[in-house]
Amino acid sequence: MSALIETKALTRVLPAAVPVTLVQDVSLAIGAGEFVAITGPSGSGKSSLLYLLGLLDAPSGGSLMIEGRDTAGFSDRERASIRLATLGFVFQFHFLLPEFTVRENVEIPMRRLGRLSAAAMRERSTELLSALGLADHLDKRPDQLSGGQRQRVAVARSLANDPPLILADEPTGSLDSRNSEQVFAILDALVRERGKTVIAVTHDTGMAAKASRRIHLVDGRLAES
Amino acid sequence: MRLILALALTHIRGRGRQTLVAIIGVALGVGFSIAMASLMQGGEDDFVARLVDTMPHVDITDEYRSARRQPAQDAFAAVQIAGLRPKDDRRGILNPTEAVAMLRAWVPGRLALSLKTQGVVRYSGRDVGIAIIGIEPQAEMQVSSLAKDFRQGSFTSLIAGGNNIVVGDKLAQRLGADLGTTVTVVSSTGQSCAFKIVGLFHTGTTARDEGEGYVLLKNAQILSERPNAINEIRLKLDDPNAAPQVARRAEAQLGYKAMAWQEANESLLEALVIRNVIMYTVVGAILLVAGFGIFNIISTITHEKARDIAILKSLGFTQTDMRRLFLLEGLALGAAGSLLGWAFGFLLCFMLSLVRFELSGANVAQEITRLPLAWSIWHYLIAAGFALVSAGVAGYLPARQAARLNPVDIIRGAT
Repeated sequence: MSALIETKALTRVLPAAVPVTLVQDVSLAIGAGEFVAITGPSGSGKSSLLYLLGLLDAPSGGSLMIEGRDTAGFSDRERASIRLATLGFVFQFHFLLPEFTVRENVEIPMRRLGRLSAAAMRERSTELLSALGLADHLDKRPDQLSGGQRQRVAVARSLANDPPLILADEPTGSLDSRNSEQVFAILDALVRERGKTVIAVTHDTGMAAKASRRIHLVDGRLAES
Repeated sequence: MRLILALALTHIRGRGRQTLVAIIGVALGVGFSIAMASLMQGGEDDFVARLVDTMPHVDITDEYRSARRQPAQDAFAAVQIAGLRPKDDRRGILNPTEAVAMLRAWVPGRLALSLKTQGVVRYSGRDVGIAIIGIEPQAEMQVSSLAKDFRQGSFTSLIAGGNNIVVGDKLAQRLGADLGTTVTVVSSTGQSCAFKIVGLFHTGTTARDEGEGYVLLKNAQILSERPNAINEIRLKLDDPNAAPQVARRAEAQLGYKAMAWQEANESLLEALVIRNVIMYTVVGAILLVAGFGIFNIISTITHEKARDIAILKSLGFTQTDMRRLFLLEGLALGAAGSLLGWAFGFLLCFMLSLVRFELSGANVAQEITRLPLAWSIWHYLIAAGFALVSAGVAGYLPARQAARLNPVDIIRGAT
């Protein structure tokens, strides 16, 4: 079967007086149902690679195919629509909108996509949040939750439109070990039970060890895979 | 796009005090604009109303737009004729009965005939030159605003017949005459006749109060030795704005110069146009300042919400969505400000309408005047429209910036 996401010689150079190379010649293919950990020392370009894969940043060279479609030359609208329906993001910090309740935060991507009725969205957000143990916190605001709870809300939000691919940037980076394990377990369960693909940038060696595949980056290049 | 609207409103609500300041800024701008437009428009309307009221709407005189062609010019095909002695025209509007009948047939309004001639009033050794105007009192009362300006007596005093005259109070004062005094009127043709003063008027315009005397048309014709002649037909129309069309038609029909009040006061009306331009400039400036308030708050919000913008973009919102979001915030502030401004403007107008002036000058009975205010839905719509446009622009500039924001920069900055 074709890869869910595939790159060929993906390169990202920051234009400056002295150009900074963030990612260089990365070629890889990730299929459905994989749990990929991207590891590497600080400044090795892990996050930059993830942003390229997530269409948040545009590559300077090379190609990126998502679900078999070459993303080069995509308009802002097309890139946004892939982010909306095909990708889910979890960042190091929860990045929830502070003025909205937990449920509203999860429903925002659904409302943007507009495929579900209001009632169906409500049902789905309840279901997602309950599955992550947040059934009692639906109408709280993010600042009323603990760090681990917030990160679980962020995971729920990334799943809002049921995307096949979850991109996580240091999802446990700002959590204590107990919460880290919990979040990792959730991501792991997504892969095992629901057939999602997770690509996670992590410092956490324990987490990386449990992943089904590890990509190690050094100075923006693939070191081993 | 209800989601974008919900986001926009949340952003605005999140900044209560600043939002309030921006909204009040717009509201003050809109409110003052409305009050000012209302005052200026009211002043203009009042001015024009007075103008229209005191003047005949169309004035047909025994003149021609261009000099009459002399018979010699028709007889010889010469380039230039020198030393031509012009043929004497019979002065006045020829065949007035027919002219009046023709006008009466179609003019939507009332008309009055008169014969104006120059003369001197003589009393107790004093001579004052005046315009002697021969009128038909009943028709005159319907056309002239003078009927309202009588201090003593009225036009009706003339109806009875006999040698009666109505003069301005200043003239009477200069002559030392009073109601009931008999004065001698000498016309330019040398005719002299005694007239009894049966009415005194005061218009407030010295030139008229000192220089006009009204007698019966027939008396004026006798004084000027021009039986049956008239030299002016004045029309008062039902709709003053129709004056130019009526004047054109009357001129085409009669051949005499017919002047609409708009033409007679062209320079004044032009001055009003300039006044309006100045007014709208000032109003525009006020609203522009209010627009800066909006620009300021939207700018602040986009800076503060840079993280939200990055989040929303990573969730799959497009640049267009972001632009719309902040544009909408600007427009929402503009709309809220406009609504509040309407209420404020209305209140301001209401309060201005309560202001009373008590004018009293020499020889003027105490007059109580209110500020002339015009109520027009257009003032409200224009002010709100302008506020919305400036709010839109003020929101658009930061919105464009927000749309261009690269989410990676923000996410990197936060991590």
